[in-house]
Amino acid sequence: MSKKTKTLNLNFGPQHPAAHGVLRLILELDGEIVKKADPHIGLLHRGTEKLIEHKTYTQALPYFDRLDYVAPMNQEHAFALAAEKLLNVEVPIRAKYIRVIFCEIGRILSHILNVTTQALDVGALTPSLWGFEERETLMTFYERASGSRLHANYFRTGGVHQDLPTKLIEDIGKFCKTFPKIIDDLESLLTDNRIFKQRNVEIGIVSKQDALDHSFSGVMLRGSGVEWDLRKSQPYECYRDLDFKIPIGKNGDCYDRYLCRIEEMRESVKIILQCINKLPKGPVKSVDGKITPPSREDLKDSMEALIHHFKLFTEGYRVPAGNVYTSVEAPKGEFGVFLISDGSNKPYRCKIRAPGFSHLQAMNYLISGHMLADVPAVLGSLDIVFGEVDR
Amino acid sequence: MEFFNFKKKLEEKDLYKDKSMSTNNIKELEKIVNSELTSKLEKSSISHNELTIETSLEYLIETIQFLKSNDNFKFRQLIDIAGVDYPNDEKRFELVYLFLSHELNHRIKLSLKFETGTLIPSITKIFPSANWMEREVFDMYGIEFKEHPDLRRILTDYNFEGYPLRKDFPLTGFKEVRYSEDKKKVIYEPVKLEQNYRNFDFESPWEGTKYIKQLEKKKKDE
Repeated sequence: MSKKTKTLNLNFGPQHPAAHGVLRLILELDGEIVKKADPHIGLLHRGTEKLIEHKTYTQALPYFDRLDYVAPMNQEHAFALAAEKLLNVEVPIRAKYIRVIFCEIGRILSHILNVTTQALDVGALTPSLWGFEERETLMTFYERASGSRLHANYFRTGGVHQDLPTKLIEDIGKFCKTFPKIIDDLESLLTDNRIFKQRNVEIGIVSKQDALDHSFSGVMLRGSGVEWDLRKSQPYECYRDLDFKIPIGKNGDCYDRYLCRIEEMRESVKIILQCINKLPKGPVKSVDGKITPPSREDLKDSMEALIHHFKLFTEGYRVPAGNVYTSVEAPKGEFGVFLISDGSNKPYRCKIRAPGFSHLQAMNYLISGHMLADVPAVLGSLDIVFGEVDR
Repeated sequence: MEFFNFKKKLEEKDLYKDKSMSTNNIKELEKIVNSELTSKLEKSSISHNELTIETSLEYLIETIQFLKSNDNFKFRQLIDIAGVDYPNDEKRFELVYLFLSHELNHRIKLSLKFETGTLIPSITKIFPSANWMEREVFDMYGIEFKEHPDLRRILTDYNFEGYPLRKDFPLTGFKEVRYSEDKKKVIYEPVKLEQNYRNFDFESPWEGTKYIKQLEKKKKDE
């Protein structure tokens, strides 16, 4: 006697708390085993690339905050670097250090969110409550530097918008002293937790070769044992002068990726501390008046400053024709900007390379053969934010 | 279940590599690329310390296969595929493939120019990750790929019409969506704008002197 089996199609999302945003996942299930996963994305598509083509370079920058809204400044960084490369502008050394401080704060922001919500997906509530308190502190730092908690718009071509208040630097330093204790606390809840390990160890294993073939980057790549971090291998800004290590996983499963993220937070704290100690004095944006707007003070008594200010905020600056690809090690992986300029004041084409796009693409490969309950665990460890996947 | 200490499990490695992308390396790479691929390349150029090569349609697959497998290049990872639209050119579209080699720490851009309606061979067999990237290009530019396993729209709405990243597609689009109280469902309507989209012309020249006052002040302060 033969048994007939029928697969079941399940619609996961687009509104599902474990989908980390607006993911619609069509799952083909055989009992509880996932046979096939087909992610439908684009529900948060806002046409960022099209909008950027219609905006000046200064106006285009805030769009990058809205991509991966968990670590906004890391995105801005890639665009600022691209424009600087085309313009051939020198960034003052102080600005470089400030940028690195805030990129690492962004990394911690993103990793706290990911680690704790992934724990939430597999059943642990406490880590997210503890972690979000720290995120709030970090976002206050964002606010004190840029004026807003999330959509910072702080990096500019040629530097950063404003200098940091001295008190803020002190407070970031204090935070770096207390934060490692919080990571220890998080770890005491998760790292050796039996349930957390049962849900994550040997789930969603990625081999070295597959990680390369699927264009993985960041933790997804390092978790599988590939030694690659853009901050080390193609250093930008002042990463060359800083002392930090890159954690590499061995098994390429969800648990290794979690461990990598925890260790990366510790390294980020080290980087921030070093930057604060080394922070040189000087200007925070390029002195080239054709790119950097004049100070408020100058506007009062200099006609020329007034003209420059007016031109920079209406026409903007023109960028020499050419094309460049710049990438930064964002918390989620390699975030790149492929920028084509035709010599006018607006980008001709700005292709955004979001790490999450490639990661989510591999969902079918990662989840086939796993149980339905593993879907949130794998999804959580991919570290998906739909702002950047859908763009 | 075995419990292990995570400290032992993770390796920490120093990743400083001396073979980072210096100007010399890029020039060497260009030389090798030209000597190995000779007639398959239309041209190669270095700008902003980045190497761009251009190939033609018939050699696309061969070139990419070669870049991936040759020991001199080892471009094992496809970073992205970017479409570009030049509506005034005879060869209207351009595809830019970005590759990265982890082993040799090199990047390369491969460009391909072609006319509207050209079928492009899909590279999903060489790089599985090209699947969604090609779907995105198809979605945004209407460029079709030969032998692509699943060429559907990806980012735009279900039943979307038009190719949004083409230069002749208006920024405001054609249709807008709202919930209709009468019909009790989401409906699509032609876009109604209270005010036309304003596009300022900044083609006027602006060639002033360097911002002297600020520079002088900086010097004085120092």
